[in-house]
Amino acid sequence: MTTMTDTALQSAPATPARGYWATVGRRLRRDKVAMGCALILLLIFVSALVAPWLGLADPYQGSMIRRLKPIGTPNYLLGTDELGRDMLARLVYGGRLSLLIGILPVILAFGIGTSLGLVAGYVGGKLNTAIMRTVDVFYAFPSVLLAIAISGALGAGITNSIVSLTVVFVPQITRVAESVTTGVRNMDFVEAARASGADAFTIMRVHMLGNVLGPIFVYATGLISVSMILAAGLSFLGLGTKPPEPEWGLMLNTLRTAIYVNPWVAALPGAMIFAVSICFNLLSDGMRSAMDIRN
Amino acid sequence: MTDILDPLDAIEKLEPIEDIGGVAQPLLKVNGLTKHFPVRGGPFAPSKTVRAVDDVSFAIAKGETLGIVGESGCGKSTTARLLMHLMPSSSGEIIFDARQVGRQLSLRELRRGMQMVFQDSYASLNPRLTIEESIAFGPKVHGMADAASRVLARELLGKVGLRPENFANRYPHEISGGQRQRVNIARALALSPRLVILDEAVSALDKSVEAQVLNLLVDLKREFGLTYLFISHDLNVVRYISDRVLVMYLGEVVEVGPVDEVWDAPAHPYTRALLAAMPSSDPDHRTQVPPITGDPPNPIDPPKGCRFHPRCPFAEPLCSGATPKLTELNPTGHQAACTMAIPGSGHSRAPAKEVQNDVDET
Repeated sequence: MTTMTDTALQSAPATPARGYWATVGRRLRRDKVAMGCALILLLIFVSALVAPWLGLADPYQGSMIRRLKPIGTPNYLLGTDELGRDMLARLVYGGRLSLLIGILPVILAFGIGTSLGLVAGYVGGKLNTAIMRTVDVFYAFPSVLLAIAISGALGAGITNSIVSLTVVFVPQITRVAESVTTGVRNMDFVEAARASGADAFTIMRVHMLGNVLGPIFVYATGLISVSMILAAGLSFLGLGTKPPEPEWGLMLNTLRTAIYVNPWVAALPGAMIFAVSICFNLLSDGMRSAMDIRN
Repeated sequence: MTDILDPLDAIEKLEPIEDIGGVAQPLLKVNGLTKHFPVRGGPFAPSKTVRAVDDVSFAIAKGETLGIVGESGCGKSTTARLLMHLMPSSSGEIIFDARQVGRQLSLRELRRGMQMVFQDSYASLNPRLTIEESIAFGPKVHGMADAASRVLARELLGKVGLRPENFANRYPHEISGGQRQRVNIARALALSPRLVILDEAVSALDKSVEAQVLNLLVDLKREFGLTYLFISHDLNVVRYISDRVLVMYLGEVVEVGPVDEVWDAPAHPYTRALLAAMPSSDPDHRTQVPPITGDPPNPIDPPKGCRFHPRCPFAEPLCSGATPKLTELNPTGHQAACTMAIPGSGHSRAPAKEVQNDVDET
């Protein structure tokens, strides 16, 4: 080591390095729009979660004499629906099902699609062709049509609509995962890992996953809003949840008869769907730019 | 720098794979290594092949540094990747210390014995792993415990001149190119290899940093008893670090020999042109005439006979006939594949056969 003359080598500050995700988190926290959206989403989530303890009216208890009260009626802050049920309670309780069938399919599809795309992208060759062409078959259908077709075939119900939405999203996430993986696979550090004698599984787990997860995660977050809207659409068509269950899409459907009588109340479930999906969209945009770190 | 660390003996490290053949056995022997890439033509065009590496044979003795030079696209890096088995070869055998790879020596063992440092210091480190994790990955793959591999990683960081307490927990984008390349060297050494392939390992660095890393390589070679295969297009660097040099042109070996001998008496006109193309620091010795003209021919359809003949100032009709074989010129192991160097080849500049034969046989 005596020939070492590089003084710059020792000059690096000894501050502990911040990990990639810590840096992303810090950048995201500085993004006001994304943080606002995260706050709104958190509010909706928490209120849906703790709905029974909020002292709300019974979301199933209707009354023929207080049907379609307008927004601002005493005791019925957001009015009542076509069967006289409290809208506020139904919107809060409705968040439970709506968020479940909005988010769960994306989570499931994220797991399946990432695995498929990672394997297809890393292994390449014939396996890639087999996986990607199969996925393309599903991708060829418009997503709404595919969701309706699968839901229709499986029958109405929450589980079936979750299954059908998962099937709709798997091809999309697989495609993104495959293209990101193909890009990372050809980098030298993957070659170096192969040169160290590691098997394919270890390389995928240690070296690929961390580098492909970010972009896929951002894409999947953007899909949550699509999923909410599709789920609402399925419920609207009678393929998702069944009355009297409170669910935003279904509520929109049943209230549409009241659109001329009390348009503001009828628009409320739609407003909730809109708010949640736009928040997820803006949040995923924020994450995309926070992750775009160029050294 | 090492005083703050335990002595090397106290640190668990992977045992290098055993020396079998002794000193006389070359560490690496390559016979007829070939890589042809099929190129798909259009629907009506016939499919063609790129002859990236064509029948390359050489040997590296234990403890020596073999430099490989040649212009871009001549197959230097492909050769390195073939040796590491990062891509399958079309044909040819690779013998690592008397054991043929794939027969007596498994790929996994080969990768313990042979490691590689890549040109792009940034792309060859995983941006999501700390430097320590990157170095510790290899030993862990080969069964070392997590804690022990991290100790080894820190030890090696010290060996390549980076203070472990400053660098171990850093990410690749936080350090400079020269530092990253030191990390790559440490990563390669973590498996206790006997042969290290340096594929343009210093080419992307600044001149001053390049010199430091070269000195480091020389030090490490002595300390760990390494053998280097040093690939570069920079002839000065190759001369500085190599014992022997191998010149490649269009996927073939055109000349190989002790570095001083090749520099002083290049036998192949391509080597001569390559050496003449080196910029001189003396203003009185400016290169006025281009030593070589034209581009390298397309490797899809290489010229018949000697592949250099379309650009060769001494080409004669026989050069486009049979491909000249790599021929021993003298007992020091200087070999060239040129009709002008082969006695009695029929080229007007070739040495006479009888005289040369007498010298050879004595």
